[in-house]
Amino acid sequence: MSRPEFEAPPEIYYGDEEAKKYTSNTRNQEIQAQMTDRALELLSLPPGPAMLLDIGCGSGLSGEILDEEGHVWVGVDIAPSMLEVALEREVEGDLFLQDIGQGFGFRPGSFDGAISISVLQWLCNADTTSPTSSPYARLTRFFTTLHASLSNGSKAVFQFYPQNDDQIQLIMGVALKAGFTGGLVVDYPNSKKAKKYFLCLFVGGSVPGKGRQQQLPQGLTGEPEGIQYEKRRTENSNERGRKDKKRRNIKDKEWILKKKDLYRRRGKEDVPRDSKYTGRRRKPIF
Amino acid sequence: MVRLITHNLLACHVKGCDSNNFPLTFSDAEVEIRETEYNAEFLKGFFPKLEWKALVDSARQLGDVSLPETPPIDYDSNEEFLRALHHVLLEIHVQEGSMICPNCKHVYRIQSGIPNMLLAEHEVAGR
Ligand SMILES: C[S@@+](CC[C@H](N)C(=O)[O-])C[C@H]1O[C@@H](n2cnc3c(N)ncnc32)[C@H](O)[C@@H]1O
Ligand SMILES: [Zn+2]
Repeated sequence: MSRPEFEAPPEIYYGDEEAKKYTSNTRNQEIQAQMTDRALELLSLPPGPAMLLDIGCGSGLSGEILDEEGHVWVGVDIAPSMLEVALEREVEGDLFLQDIGQGFGFRPGSFDGAISISVLQWLCNADTTSPTSSPYARLTRFFTTLHASLSNGSKAVFQFYPQNDDQIQLIMGVALKAGFTGGLVVDYPNSKKAKKYFLCLFVGGSVPGKGRQQQLPQGLTGEPEGIQYEKRRTENSNERGRKDKKRRNIKDKEWILKKKDLYRRRGKEDVPRDSKYTGRRRKPIF
Repeated sequence: MVRLITHNLLACHVKGCDSNNFPLTFSDAEVEIRETEYNAEFLKGFFPKLEWKALVDSARQLGDVSLPETPPIDYDSNEEFLRALHHVLLEIHVQEGSMICPNCKHVYRIQSGIPNMLLAEHEVAGR
């Protein structure tokens, strides 16, 4: 597997071209959406809309799933080009240009939960030799200030691509030291393609209002749905998968255009222009 | 898009700046109003997190004087109040300008609605 984090610092790697490519790739949209859905499931929020943090929000592929669920969110990312694409795509969350390795300044208890999709492995590479920018120092600032900004009884769920066991140990060690409890949930551990790592961290021991201890959820096993999909795609002289997808696209797009039109007629001033991003696919259907 | 809901959560995170570092002061702010769906349930849930005085003061800096000095006791059932709160928290977007730390005077520039929270190496907390 190729590792972008070995190639260049994130704000360089995700430059204008890569940011556009990353975001418009439908396969990638699909995967990020699926992983965000799973992260939300692991977050197991109490019913109702929540205030969430999307760490390494990029161009908003993960954040727009939060929109769909009716949550309000703040997204932080270090790559200006990714944030620019997020602006073009009119995501709902408030966006910050921020290096998570420098830590957060949010007030204590600001968020009801946090998600981070495909980001954490980036934090383990040092870009300079200065002691304040060692991976350990950056992880420590990150987890300590994150812990403080989460409300008691809440969770943070990170899907990430660990390079090796040492890296997992390093990350978990720092997170526990920062005050979190929890651990690693591995989905489809026996499948090469579908295996996914979710670091699930808890703030405070008990579930809000329930007085019972937080428990680490089980990883998924058995036949991953993603793989069936994968198979269909690779056997892809078979055009059905494609067609289905297009049709879904159009339906979503129609719905959004209708909604925008409605807003315009209600006299809402700056309804965004319909862009090529309008109505992109969001939720995996499989 | 800095909205007051997020601004109300945000303190300065420069190394050593840990008192009187909230709320950040708006300067040269250009705002845009964008309507969004009213959700009373969200507002009621979020209300306890608010620093009320900071919110009222910051809203005034942006030219909105609709919020009372102290929130009504029946805040969770007072629809007129909740609607005003909805507008202030979620519909006022600061597009350009800056946020300045009242303590260390660090300037967080806002461009196209995105505040630059990046710190110089010497401003990053040591570990
Ligand atoms: C694979 S993308 C994922 C984006 C988004 N979460 C999604 O699901 O599409 C990884 C993102 O992490 C961001 N990132 C990497 N290191 C970061 C750091 N130190 N601080 C903030 N963001 C960072 C990158 O800029 C990039 O946008
Ligand atoms: Zn300061």
